[in-house]
Amino acid sequence: MRIYVCVKHVPDTAANIKIVDETGYDKQVKYVANPYDEYGVEEAVSLVEKAGEGEVIAVCVGNETSANTLKSVMAMGVHRSILVKTDEQFPSSALIAKALAKAIKNDGQADLVFMGKQSVDSEGMQTPYRLGVELSLPVVTGVVGFSLEGSNAIVQREIDGGARESLTVRTPCIIGATKGLNEPRFPKLPAILKAKKKEIKPIDMSSLEIVDEKGCRIKSLEPVQERSNAKILEGSTEEIVNSLVKILREEEKVI
Amino acid sequence: MSKIGVFIETADQDIKKSVPGIISAAIQGGEVIGFVLDGLAEKYKESLGEYGITQLVNLTAPDIDFSKQPEAAGDALAQGAKEFGVTALMGVSSPTGNDILARAAMALKAPLALDCVDINFQDNTVKKSHFSGRAIATIEMCASPFVCGIRPNSFDAAPIPATCMVTEHSIAINTDSAITITSVDKADSGQKDLTEASVIITGGRPMGSSENFKLLEECAETLDAAVGASRAAVDSGYAPHSMQVGQTGKIVSPKLYIGCGLSGSVQHFAGMKTSNVIVAINTDKDAPIFTKSDYGIIGDLFEVVPVLTEALKK
Repeated sequence: MRIYVCVKHVPDTAANIKIVDETGYDKQVKYVANPYDEYGVEEAVSLVEKAGEGEVIAVCVGNETSANTLKSVMAMGVHRSILVKTDEQFPSSALIAKALAKAIKNDGQADLVFMGKQSVDSEGMQTPYRLGVELSLPVVTGVVGFSLEGSNAIVQREIDGGARESLTVRTPCIIGATKGLNEPRFPKLPAILKAKKKEIKPIDMSSLEIVDEKGCRIKSLEPVQERSNAKILEGSTEEIVNSLVKILREEEKVI
Repeated sequence: MSKIGVFIETADQDIKKSVPGIISAAIQGGEVIGFVLDGLAEKYKESLGEYGITQLVNLTAPDIDFSKQPEAAGDALAQGAKEFGVTALMGVSSPTGNDILARAAMALKAPLALDCVDINFQDNTVKKSHFSGRAIATIEMCASPFVCGIRPNSFDAAPIPATCMVTEHSIAINTDSAITITSVDKADSGQKDLTEASVIITGGRPMGSSENFKLLEECAETLDAAVGASRAAVDSGYAPHSMQVGQTGKIVSPKLYIGCGLSGSVQHFAGMKTSNVIVAINTDKDAPIFTKSDYGIIGDLFEVVPVLTEALKK
């Protein structure tokens, strides 16, 4: 069994993002493996562990420092990695999908591909679908349950109001993982040390000769204005509640 | 005049509550054509006509149940968009909406933006969150048609009554599908849908138990609100993950958000900061949530919420 996991090197969700110029941001922040991708990594690694055979290969499109994200997922049990290097700040989902697809195709035949349902930086939610087009494989995202049954995968995805869909998907397929699929492991020190010796194969994005169609373009990036301090309501509980209800009904008109 | 296509998302033979808001967003761009995939356009035409939609297309394909075959549903929507010449295809950014819109965009080889909070048809730009809600990106969609999903509650549904006609349109679709939806488990679906709710009341770790969430449910009933939970409450086992609001849970945008016993983490705010009004209830006057909400109540939720429930009943 050969499973590819696609991972993205992203700013930590708690990092303070400073916007610079029109469409840039200050990169001097902590970076991590995209949290949703970790659910995919965990699922891939535990499938191979359970099968007792197979290989998990991580593929990442990003700058030089993305190697740290690859090391962190190799500490979780990924066997080796491929890093498609680009210095582009916001490579589009289409570009990333094409690069991932070429890297995977050049490396071998995928039995399964796991990735997060979305990244937490550009929040595009579409790379799995675009990779599906490039690799001609079926795609299901938002997956919270996964098992193999013969040549099919049986997956669950969460839909509205807590309901869950069960789907049968022909394999090989691409799975966009989300919270609920599993609990990603915290690697212990020996695994972290071992990961440092695992292979990261570098590929230059330019060598893949990808044509970026530029279907969309970021025109500007603006910080979201946080609310300033809340108006603290004072008085007895009854007084506070009555004034709140009055505000919500008469001033804000939201109820 | 441009034509804008809207995917009329339905569930259990009814229009999803967020669809009229999408029509109101689309109508700024031109004439709106609705695409219906469950064959019930006749049933929906009157209520949708209220929002200015003039044409509903009943997309059907022999031997295909679109509710079970998401790939076919995406293909059908793409064919409809192409054959009716729309310049943009829009829909609700819900789990099903995002999936079908993404599949349609792939079939159309079109640019795609999901979870948008605004759209401008003059320069074909959309606005959407970046970095877990800490930044807003303005994205230019450089090809026609483009596909975009709109976050529920981003646009108010505005009544502009029009006469709506139904067009039957049968399409040929590859029936060999690799993906089949075999069942839908509604076990936890007694919950009111968080993403569509216009009022949400959320509990954090201080709730202490799943039983205590009844307190929030009673309050929610008075407002027809949905009940949410913080990651801390979900991880403590007080509520199912389907109720989680935030970075790794649901992204919501209600008119009113009442947070009970929430600390106010960046990750939680990533999921609810586009709410119109945020009210925070917390015993800790230094909780970060008080620095990013509209109204604050420093007090014990177990005291405040029952009083609030009673006040709302009046």
